[in-house]
Parts: sequence; structure tokens; C-alpha cells
Amino acid sequence: MMKHTISELEDIASQVRRDCLRMVHAVQSGHPGASLGCADFFTALYFEVMNHDPKFNMDGKGEDLFFLSNGHISPVWYSVLARSGYFPLSELATFRKLDSRLQGHPTTHEGLPGVRVASGSLGQGLSVAVGAALTKKLNGDKSIVYSLQGDGELQEGQNWEAFMFAPFHKVDNLIASIDYNGQQIDGPTEKVLSLENLQAKFEAFGWHVITSDGNDMAEITKALHYAKSLTGKGKPILNLMSTQMGYGVDFMVGTHKWHGSAPSDDQLKTALDQIKQTAGDY
Amino acid sequence: MKKYTYTEKKDTRSGFGAGLHEAGKRNENVVALCADLVGSLKMDAFIKDFPERFVQVGIAEANMMGIAAGMTIGGKIPFTGTFANFSTGRVYDQIRQSIAYSGKNVKICASHAGLTLGEDGATHQILEDIGLMKMLPGMVVINPCDYNQTKAATLAIMEHQGPVYLRFGRPVIPVFTPEDQKFEIGKAWMVNEGKDVTIIATGHMVWRAIEAGEKLAELGIDAEIINIHTIKPLDEEAVLKSVKKTGCVVTCEEHNKFGGLGESVSRLLVTEYLVPQEFVAVNDSFGESGTPDQLMTKYKLDPVDIVAAAQKAISRRDKK
Repeated sequence: MMKHTISELEDIASQVRRDCLRMVHAVQSGHPGASLGCADFFTALYFEVMNHDPKFNMDGKGEDLFFLSNGHISPVWYSVLARSGYFPLSELATFRKLDSRLQGHPTTHEGLPGVRVASGSLGQGLSVAVGAALTKKLNGDKSIVYSLQGDGELQEGQNWEAFMFAPFHKVDNLIASIDYNGQQIDGPTEKVLSLENLQAKFEAFGWHVITSDGNDMAEITKALHYAKSLTGKGKPILNLMSTQMGYGVDFMVGTHKWHGSAPSDDQLKTALDQIKQTAGDY
Repeated sequence: MKKYTYTEKKDTRSGFGAGLHEAGKRNENVVALCADLVGSLKMDAFIKDFPERFVQVGIAEANMMGIAAGMTIGGKIPFTGTFANFSTGRVYDQIRQSIAYSGKNVKICASHAGLTLGEDGATHQILEDIGLMKMLPGMVVINPCDYNQTKAATLAIMEHQGPVYLRFGRPVIPVFTPEDQKFEIGKAWMVNEGKDVTIIATGHMVWRAIEAGEKLAELGIDAEIINIHTIKPLDEEAVLKSVKKTGCVVTCEEHNKFGGLGESVSRLLVTEYLVPQEFVAVNDSFGESGTPDQLMTKYKLDPVDIVAAAQKAISRRDKK
């Protein structure tokens, strides 16, 4: 039983994309590219798949948890958290400004509801998610831990320590997704440091790997539900999710150039003209 | 000079192991993680009695710190165990972001600190860890002085909410503090009241300071000796009270002179009450292979070095 129709979820994702662009434009800094690329994933996760409580509690006992490892895509997470009811929508206007809880990269430090660990320095999130999943097992808590990492981030060695650990320790209440967009700051991952055959690598490490199209709402929703059905079977689950950086805006899509650049006034207008306002801008 | 005696010598890491075992009995939320050094960290008793609460991470310290941070979510109190070098320098960014900045209740427990791990040499003898850890906002830094104090400190940090760095070592040293002591984080322990010079020591250097105090007494110098087991937060009141009485101070630590206890004391003195200070510490150097005793002598961390530093501090004070 779906909480929302695919069309409703697509409408939410559309509004989330507008939020991302407007937030980054307002302070002329931040990371729009992968925020746009992951808007569908975040929407599916928070509005459909996860069992979570916007009356935030750090320990999150009895609810699903999400950890963002590639913290620079904070705009999309902040938008989805606000639109899920974790904090007032108006607070999105404070993104990256002095005294804001919406720091450039997500943190617990200012007490933003929904965030359980700081991220930004790459490669650390999966280890934290594994730890949270272990605690859930110790607590007899059947809920699930989700995480997201960038693909370029996989160049950090700590990831592979965690990839090795989780199958060996049968951390089967964990669904790790990879934002497989093939781009990083200095160019395509293939040119910067190729990831080669990721699926084969994860399978060799002992993960149950599924693949998905992260920019097709019907498919990503289905993939995450399927991933959920695979939990509790002795293996951690890895969702190798293809996305396009900058998805939804014609001049941003598919290039690393919008990884960390803000649109100008004119570019924002052009971009917003392509993305439907569905739930009201903040 | 108050008389200190001991009946046995033990390693502080065994104090940690005993404390961890006791912590596991007292609180079911205590979990332990280790990066392939269970024997060295003396975690066997904990693992035997609480196997389900122990996580063997393998030789992957960065992952261990991240897992520990994650395990706090849901109420666990993780104690990580590996050598001091691999507990700090190797994983500084993981500690900084996932533990300290994130305010996680992780106890980073570090054995084989300083020169006294001996023969393994400089790759393993970290002399910079106190500095690294005390610079992290919110991090508590503790370096207890013997087996009993390390055991008590291990239990005390379980009760403390927030990240802690607990530093201890490999060699057997005299056990001279009470078995059932109350360990108060941030509270200096007065070893000997004196009037001529303040000697502030931490970790393995406390017993050496006592030996130095006895030598100084023979020379007619009445040394006040303070055990600073908690380097951060520093017991500023105790330090200031003592130096206002003695007018000069020697700081003693098995650590680089840069970034350690001595510099914490200097910062306090410069801002509050300036008196001459001498450092008994490693002089901006890496260590090397050798027996613990040979190394402590070569790097000038012996009681005789404390005596000389005390005499120098007194003479600087008197020249003023």
C-alpha cells in the first residue's frame, strides 16, 4: 500500500528541486548538481519508504534512520526534511547564513532535527550507518538504516573498510545507496580515478547488490521497497543508483560543472521555468 | 615528603581492561570495539563475559571510529581500543567530524602511548596525541598515573556524557594510588603538599615526580607534587593555588613539549599568574627503539631530569 501515488511523489520532488536551486542561488554557494540528481531518491525515501518520525529524537529507536555521507548535497536533504515536517519551511532561507542551523554541510552541532551525524569530509558516513545498524540489532530494534554516498566519494579508503565489515558481520538491516552519477569536482570519475566495475566490486565484498534508476520515481520507489524486502536475510543491501547530476534543468544536467556552482539570477529564472511549483516555494 | 610505597607493579592498560570489564557489568549499554589488538588492550575479560557487546573491527581504525560514532545512536556507550597512535593521528578526521563535532558519546581508549612502549620504535610511539586531542572542542583528555587510577578513570568516563580520550601505556609501573579511589574528571590529585616548587605530572611521569620529590627533599627542597590526570579540562584552580604558593613550576609528561600538558599550564599562567616554568618533556623529537627505561633516560624524562628542572625553576624565580 503506497502512501502516495507516483505522480504525487514526482510533484514533491519537483518542489524539492526548486528549493535546492533557490537555496543555492540565495547565498551564491552550495552544491546544486547532485542535489538535483538525488531529489527523487530523497523524496521516495522520506515520503514513501522510510518509517520515520519528524518529531526528531537522536536515538531514533523503533524508526528507520538515514545517514548522508556526501554532506555537500545538503540542500536536497534540508528541503526534504523541512517538507517532511522536521523544521519550518521558512528556515530553508537561512541556508549557509550566519547563525543558521542549516550549515553548509549537515551537522548535529546546531541541533538541526533530522541530522544524526556531521558529514562533509567524505567517506565517513557508511561506517556511522553500520554502527547505528549494529546498535539496532543489539537493541532488538527491527527498523532499517539507510545511507547515501556519492560515487566519487568511493575513492576514499574508509568506505572499503566499511564495505568489508558489513557483510562479514551480517549487517542485514542496512540499505546503502550510491549516487552513481559518474561525476566529481574535477570531471567525470572515469577520468579522475575510475571506479571500474562497481557492481562486481560490491558483490565480491559480499553485498546483495541491486541497481536502479534514481531519476525515475516509479523505479526508485520500487527499488527501495524491494531493497527493504531483502533486509534480514544475512547480507547488507547495496542500491547502485544511476542518476544524472543536475537532473531537471537542461543546462545543468549530466555535467560536473554544476557540482558546486550557484546559478546567476538569469540562470535561476531559466531553471525555475523548467520545474513546476507544486507545493509553494518557501 | 609524604611517603609513597607500592607492593606491586602493573601496567595501566591492565587497569583499563579491568575497568572496562567492570563497566560492562555495571551498564549493559557499554560496548567495546577493537582493531585487532585485543590482547594488547587487555579486553579479554570483557569479551569473555559480553561477547555480544564486543565488535572486532579488524585493522581498520577509521571504520572503527565511524562505527563507534554510529553505535551511540540508540544509546550505546562505545569504548574503542587500539594503540595511541592509531587512536588519534591515524583517525584524526574521523574523530573530528564523526565524534567530536557530532558530539558523540565515544570513549577513545589508547594504549602504548609515549616512549615506553619501547622496542617497536617511533612509528608506534606517539608523542603528539595529547596535543591533537586537546585541540578538539569538547574533547576530554585523561592520562591516569597507575593501574588503579586507570581502572577508576575507565569507570568514570562511562558516566561522563561526551567524547573522551583516555591515554595509558604498556610498561609495568608501581601501583601507588588507592584501589577504590573516586576518580573525578577534571580534578587534580594532590600527591604531596610543599612550598618551594610545584611539580605537575601526568601519566607515567607521576611516579617519577614522586621519586624526584624524594631526591629534592634530600636537597632541602620541599616540592609540591600534583597529579594532573585530566589534561582537559585542566584543574586551573589547583594549578593557580599551588603556583601562587611556590612561585615556580615544572611540568612533566611523556609527550612532545609542544602541545601537551606543559603548554596547557603555560597558557593558564600567562593569562592568570605568571611564574617561571620548566618543561620535562620530549624535545620536539620522534622516539626510537630501546627498552622503556633506556628511552626515558635518553629523552630526559627521568627523576634526575625533574630534579634539575625544579632547581632551575627555583633559581629563575629567585633571580627575579
